[in-house]
Amino acid sequence: METVVKRLGMWALVLMASIAAIALTPDSGFAIHMGIVGLVAVILIVATATSYDPLAKAQSIFRMPPGPGRYDDDPVRWGVIATMFWGIAGLLVGVVIAAQLAFPQLNLEPYLNFGRLRPLHTSAVIFAFGGNALLATSFYVVQRTCRTTLALPGTARFVFWGYQLFIVLAATGYLLGITQSKEYAEPEWYVDLWLTVVWLAYLAVFVGTILNRREPHIYVANWFYLAFIITIAMLHVVNNLALPVSPLGAKSYSAFSGVQDALTQWWYGHNAVGFFLTAGFLAMMYYFVPKQANRPVYSYRLSIIHFWSLIFLYIWAGPHHLHYTALPDWAQTLGMVFSVMLWMPSWGGMINGLMTLNGAWDKVRTDPIIRMMVLALAFYGMSTFEGPLMSIKAVNSLSHYTDWTIGHVHSGALGWNGMITFACVYYLVPRLWNRERLYSLRMINWHFWLATLGIVFYASSMWVAGITQGLMWREYGADGYLVNSFVDTVEALHPMYILRAVGGLMYLSGAIIMAFNIAMTIAGKLREEAAMGETAHDETADRPLPPLTAQPAE
Amino acid sequence: MSTPAKTGAFEGHKKLERNVTLLAALTLGVVAIGGIVEIAPLFWIDNTIEKVEGMRPYTPLEQAGRDIYIREGCYVCHSQMIRPFRDEVERYGHYSLAAESMYDHPFQWGSKRTGPDLARVGGRYSDAWHVQHLKAPREVVPESIMPSYAFLAETPLKVPDVAANLTALRHVGVPYSDKDIAAAANDLEAQANPEADAGDLATRYPKAQIRDFDGDPGRVTEMDALVAYLQMLGTLVDVNSAAAQEQLSKGDQGR
Repeated sequence: METVVKRLGMWALVLMASIAAIALTPDSGFAIHMGIVGLVAVILIVATATSYDPLAKAQSIFRMPPGPGRYDDDPVRWGVIATMFWGIAGLLVGVVIAAQLAFPQLNLEPYLNFGRLRPLHTSAVIFAFGGNALLATSFYVVQRTCRTTLALPGTARFVFWGYQLFIVLAATGYLLGITQSKEYAEPEWYVDLWLTVVWLAYLAVFVGTILNRREPHIYVANWFYLAFIITIAMLHVVNNLALPVSPLGAKSYSAFSGVQDALTQWWYGHNAVGFFLTAGFLAMMYYFVPKQANRPVYSYRLSIIHFWSLIFLYIWAGPHHLHYTALPDWAQTLGMVFSVMLWMPSWGGMINGLMTLNGAWDKVRTDPIIRMMVLALAFYGMSTFEGPLMSIKAVNSLSHYTDWTIGHVHSGALGWNGMITFACVYYLVPRLWNRERLYSLRMINWHFWLATLGIVFYASSMWVAGITQGLMWREYGADGYLVNSFVDTVEALHPMYILRAVGGLMYLSGAIIMAFNIAMTIAGKLREEAAMGETAHDETADRPLPPLTAQPAE
Repeated sequence: MSTPAKTGAFEGHKKLERNVTLLAALTLGVVAIGGIVEIAPLFWIDNTIEKVEGMRPYTPLEQAGRDIYIREGCYVCHSQMIRPFRDEVERYGHYSLAAESMYDHPFQWGSKRTGPDLARVGGRYSDAWHVQHLKAPREVVPESIMPSYAFLAETPLKVPDVAANLTALRHVGVPYSDKDIAAAANDLEAQANPEADAGDLATRYPKAQIRDFDGDPGRVTEMDALVAYLQMLGTLVDVNSAAAQEQLSKGDQGR
C-alpha cells in the first residue's frame, strides 16, 4: 500500500511538472509534448490507483503469467507486438512519402509535408521497428543464453515503456516541426535526455542479466548486443551535445558547428547503421539462425575475428558520407580506406551465418523461416559489398546526393534488417504464446515473395534513378555547356519514383499479411493447410495400370 | 560453438567471454579509437577551416529563417555543399569553403539532392520569385516536386525570445556582441519592416539585406525570415578574392 501511495505521488509530481511546463512555455510544440508526458502520468495514476499490482494486470492481458521456474517474457511479448505495430506504421509512412515524390500534390502542408514526414519514416523504421525488435530479441536471447531470468524485472518494464514514450515524442515532434535536423538524431534535447536515461537502464538490465548467468561463457550473440548498447550510448550522447535555448522550450543549438558538426553527425549516422542496424541484428543472426536450422554456429574463431574487426573498423567509416565536401581530405581518405576494409568483416559475418546452414540446406526449400534468414544474409552480403564500393571517392562523386544512396540503404534495411526481423518474429511468436505452430506457414511464403519482389523493384528503380541523375548532372554538350537544368533531371526520375512506390507497397503488403498471421497465431487459431515441403500423396492414383488386353485393329 | 580453439589468441579470448566487465570495457575502448583519431584533430588542426574575409554571424532574422528551414526539413532534399567538380561549380557557383559554415549550429550540408543545392542561392532569384515558388512551386517550375509552403506567408514570425537564441548561440561559439544581443528583438523586426528603424544593423552585420521580403510590408511573417535566409546564402564571402589567393599561394609554391 505504501508503495502505491509513493508511486501515485511520483506520477502526480510528473503530472504537475508537465502542466507547469505547458502553462509557462511559449512554444506550442513543446507544450504538446509536455501534454503527452502528462497524459502518460494520468494513465499511470489510473493504473496504479485501480490496481495494487499493475504488473499482474498486465500479465493477465497476455494470459501467460510466468511461474517461478519460467523466463520473464512479458517485455519480449510486448516488444514483438510493438515491433509489428511500428513496422507497419513506418512502412506505411514510407509508401506515403514515396508517393509524394512521384505525385507532389499528396503533400499536405504544413504537418504532412515531405520534409516532416521523411524523418518520421526513417525514425519509425529504424528506432521504432528495429529498436523494438532489438529490445525484444535481446531480452529473449540474453535469458536463454545465460540460463537465468532478467535481472531488474521492473527496470526492464521501464525500458520497454520508456522507449515507447521516446518513440511517441520523437514521432509527434517531427510532425510539429520539432527537430535538430541531424539525420537519424532529429529529436530535441529533452527527448535525447529521456532516451539516455532509458538506454542506461537498458544497459543495466542487460549487463545485470549477464552477471547473473548460470553458464560460464558469454554467448557470441550477447557480445554483439553489448557492443550495440554501449556504442549507441556513446554515439547518442556525443552527437546530441546541444545547448537548449530555454529549459521551457524545444529549441536547442548544436554544440558543434560546420565541419566538426558534420563529421560528428556522420560518425554518429554511419555507426547508427553499424551498431544499431548491424551489430544488434548480427546478434539476432547468431542466436536465431542456429536455432531455426538446429545447427551450431559454423566457426567459433570466425565469430571472434568477425566481432572485433567489425566493431573496430566500423567507427572509422563515417567520413565517406562527406566525400569532396569541405571536410579535410585526410579524413575523407581515412574514411574511404576503412570503409573498403570493412567489406571483409562484413562478409566474414555473412559467411559465418550462411555456413551455419551446412547440412541443413534442404530447409531452404521446406522452411520459409530459414528461407527468410538466408535471403536476409544474402542482402546483408550484397549491401555490405555495395557500401564499400560507394565509399570509393570516384564512385561516390557519381552516387552521392542521388537516389543510389536511397536504394543502397533500402537493400540493407528492407533486405537485411526487415527480413531477419520478420524471421525472428515468426520464430518467437508460437514459442512466446505457447502455440503449437504459426497460424499459417503458407502465408510466410506469400510474405517472402511479396517482400523479395518489393525489394527488387525498390533497389533496381533506385539504381536506375541514381545513376541517371548522377550522369545527367554532369552531362556536357558538344558546345561545352551543361546539357540539363536541374529540373530536367527531376522530371526524368518520375517513372522510377512510381516503380519505387510500387515496390514499397508490395513490401508493406507482405508485412500486413504477416501482421494478420501473427495476430491469428496469438489468438490461438490454426489455418488448415497442406504442410509445406511434402510431396502430395494421392492414394487413389497409387494403382497399376489395368492389364493390357488385345485391341481390335482399325 | 563447434570446435573450441586450444591455443593462442583464441584461448586468451576465453577470459573475455567469462568477464562481462572486461568485455564491455574493451569494447568501449575499441569503438572509441576511430572517432578520437578522426574527429578530435578537427578541433585543433588550424587548416581545417581556412580563414576567409566576410564571414559573420547570422542576423536575428536570417537565423530565424534558418530555424524555419530546419523545422520544415528542407535539408532532407537540399544540400548546402558544392563539391569541387566542373559541373557543380558551373551549376551552383564556387565550391563551398569550410569557413562558410563555421557559424552553422547545426550544419546544413545535407545528404541528398532531390532539389538543387542551395549553398549559393542568395541573390540568384528575386524575392518575389522565392515567395511565389514557396507558395506554389509548380506555378513557377511546372516539373517541380517540392511541397508547397503557402502557410509561411500567413504565419506571423513569432520567436519567443530572440535574445535568448543569440545568447545560446554565443555560448556554443558564435561571436555575437553584447550589443547584437541587446538589439536582437529590434533587429529581427527592423530587417524586414521598411517602416522600422534598423539602426546600425547594417554595420554590425555587413552585407545584411534590409527590406520587406514577402511582398507584405504590413507585417513580418515566417516567409520574410525564410526568404531573408535564402537570399543571404553564399553571399557573405567574396569567393573570387579567395580564388585569387589560391593562385597567389600556388605561385608561392612555384618559387
